Amino acid sequence: MKAKCEVPPHPVPLPQGEGRGEGIQKSPLQKHSPVKIGEGVDQVKKIFTRPESLKETQFHYCPGCGHSIIHRLVAEVIDELGIRDRTIGVPPAGCAVLAYNYFDVDMVEAPHGRAAAVATGVKRILPDRVVFTYQGDGDIAAIGTAETVHAANRGERITAVFVNNAVYGMTGGQMAPTTIPGQVTTTTPGGRVPLRDGNPLDLSQMLATAAGSVYIERTSVSRPKFILKTKKALKKAFQVQLDDLGFSMVEILSPCPTNWKMSPVEAVKWVDETMTQYFPLKVIKDVA
Amino acid sequence: MGPKVLMRGTHVLGEAAIRARCGEYFGYPITPQNELPEYVAAAFAKMDDAVFIQAESELASINMVIGASVAGARAMTSSSSPGISLKQEGISYLAGMELPAVIVNMMRGGPGLGNIAPSQGDYFQSTKGGGHGDYRTIVLAPAYGQEIADMTRQAFDLADHYCTPVMILGDGMMGQMMEPVAFPDPIDPASLPKKKWVLDGAKGRPSKIVRSLWLDPALEEEVNWRLFRKYRAIEREVPDQEMYLTDDADMIVVAYGTAARIAKGGVHRVRDMGLRVGLYRPKTLWPFPSAPLAKLSRRVGSMLVFEMSTGQMLEDVRLAVEGRCNVSFYGRPGGIVSTPEELARVITFEYRKMDSSGPSAAASSHESQDEAVRSA
Repeated sequence: MKAKCEVPPHPVPLPQGEGRGEGIQKSPLQKHSPVKIGEGVDQVKKIFTRPESLKETQFHYCPGCGHSIIHRLVAEVIDELGIRDRTIGVPPAGCAVLAYNYFDVDMVEAPHGRAAAVATGVKRILPDRVVFTYQGDGDIAAIGTAETVHAANRGERITAVFVNNAVYGMTGGQMAPTTIPGQVTTTTPGGRVPLRDGNPLDLSQMLATAAGSVYIERTSVSRPKFILKTKKALKKAFQVQLDDLGFSMVEILSPCPTNWKMSPVEAVKWVDETMTQYFPLKVIKDVA
Repeated sequence: MGPKVLMRGTHVLGEAAIRARCGEYFGYPITPQNELPEYVAAAFAKMDDAVFIQAESELASINMVIGASVAGARAMTSSSSPGISLKQEGISYLAGMELPAVIVNMMRGGPGLGNIAPSQGDYFQSTKGGGHGDYRTIVLAPAYGQEIADMTRQAFDLADHYCTPVMILGDGMMGQMMEPVAFPDPIDPASLPKKKWVLDGAKGRPSKIVRSLWLDPALEEEVNWRLFRKYRAIEREVPDQEMYLTDDADMIVVAYGTAARIAKGGVHRVRDMGLRVGLYRPKTLWPFPSAPLAKLSRRVGSMLVFEMSTGQMLEDVRLAVEGRCNVSFYGRPGGIVSTPEELARVITFEYRKMDSSGPSAAASSHESQDEAVRSA
């Protein structure tokens, strides 16, 4: 059966107004469409192309969302390590639930939060394959905390790609375990109050205390230089697995303009100026 | 077949699973089934490539089963009632993703934390879904040590054949009781059919996805009907039962698992008194073996359902009988194990009632229970 990539209508309308939604009406692709692709290709060196590990499917993510960048980085790393034909990915429940429509590697869906357990099962049966999970903050740091902590503590040879956008995106912008104090979400309409709603959970720090975790770094995709750093971190995380050293994770701070009710520009600024106060970008553990 | 050995039920299950080439076990401790993971852990330690993980929870263990199954393993998990409740999420996913797995439930008293005594309170949970969504789980109900060995192998074969989770439903008593068992020879792994859907990396083939998410209702409907057709095939091909002294019987006792063994003792005792009573023992609970029971209901005066619960399989018996004969019920929930003498008294009570008022006297099924308990 051929699966169609069906996307539910987003529950939150796109922001409108000054400086917002740029690029939505006028796609740069439309502007340049008269140029025939492949024309004069023998004279020009191809320096940028779709990674082999990404299918030719258009992303469904909102404008300004970090997922598509992170997908691309993960795919580039898989390509560069030459592991596409022995990689098995485990996408989450959440915005990236349809990640299997984009990654051109074997993918098995996990119940919400259970990716680390599913990945453990796969990796233990196929120890020479590369197994990664791709999870959001709600998936990995709320409902899946136990599975994640224990997979890290057992030192499972898996790599977790943890996309932290401080909000439940797919369900429409509710408070996440990583929502920062004062942040407005649909379930904290007056902002997160730590006394009432708890504090943001620093999962990376938590996992760093586990003896089985080898490499944990927090990065972001808010600026080009951070994007390059994220790719480097992802590559190292996969390498840790290839070297059979233990559990590795990259926590990536990622903008969610739709649920933050910001423009993409405001959102990346918020990552840099506000989110990083609670989630500083750094190597949290490296015993590789 | 090897020589007969004396083993407890949980150990029989572990040994039979290993001989069925289950090399992957994921579990979490809970009484009364701990001897199973302990047996498997000890045996796996001597094997190459076998995987035993004591997980952090039942949730994690069933999800590790999902991962192992999708990677091609014959994977198993086991638990007892409260733990099986936690596993229901994963069982629903296994059904939706059409992945084989074997789940063992050694039932204990409930609801809630209940107790650790033998019970049959999880019949509804096991046979009517348990988790969310429109699915079924094959449920095998052994009653004897030998049957535990045979059904464990059958469970792995059925799971692989139909690509669906299979549950072995026992109880705390069955797990502890030691009986002589002869094991079949280990399966030759090369003889197992190749699983085309296994995810092991997209080497020399297009990448594959295993999932249960179908956002388009039209696709989800198609998936549901496909599952339905599979379940219909299982209903045709899998039902099994033991019919004991039913040929000349005026009355049938219906019971499964440990309760059926007690009932059989009761049947022996009333036969000695000259009462023509037989035993109908479903060996598969889903699919429920309805057809032979329906046939019997055309001939016998009444049926007595005996369960270690307040009456769950009773509903499936009634559905099979469709009012053709009287159906009464006797049950002892909460971890109480009846004696054959107790059953003999209940059977006699019901049999005499049938004698005096004829098969058409339809008492409410639990009325006889109250009277029987009083007279006992």
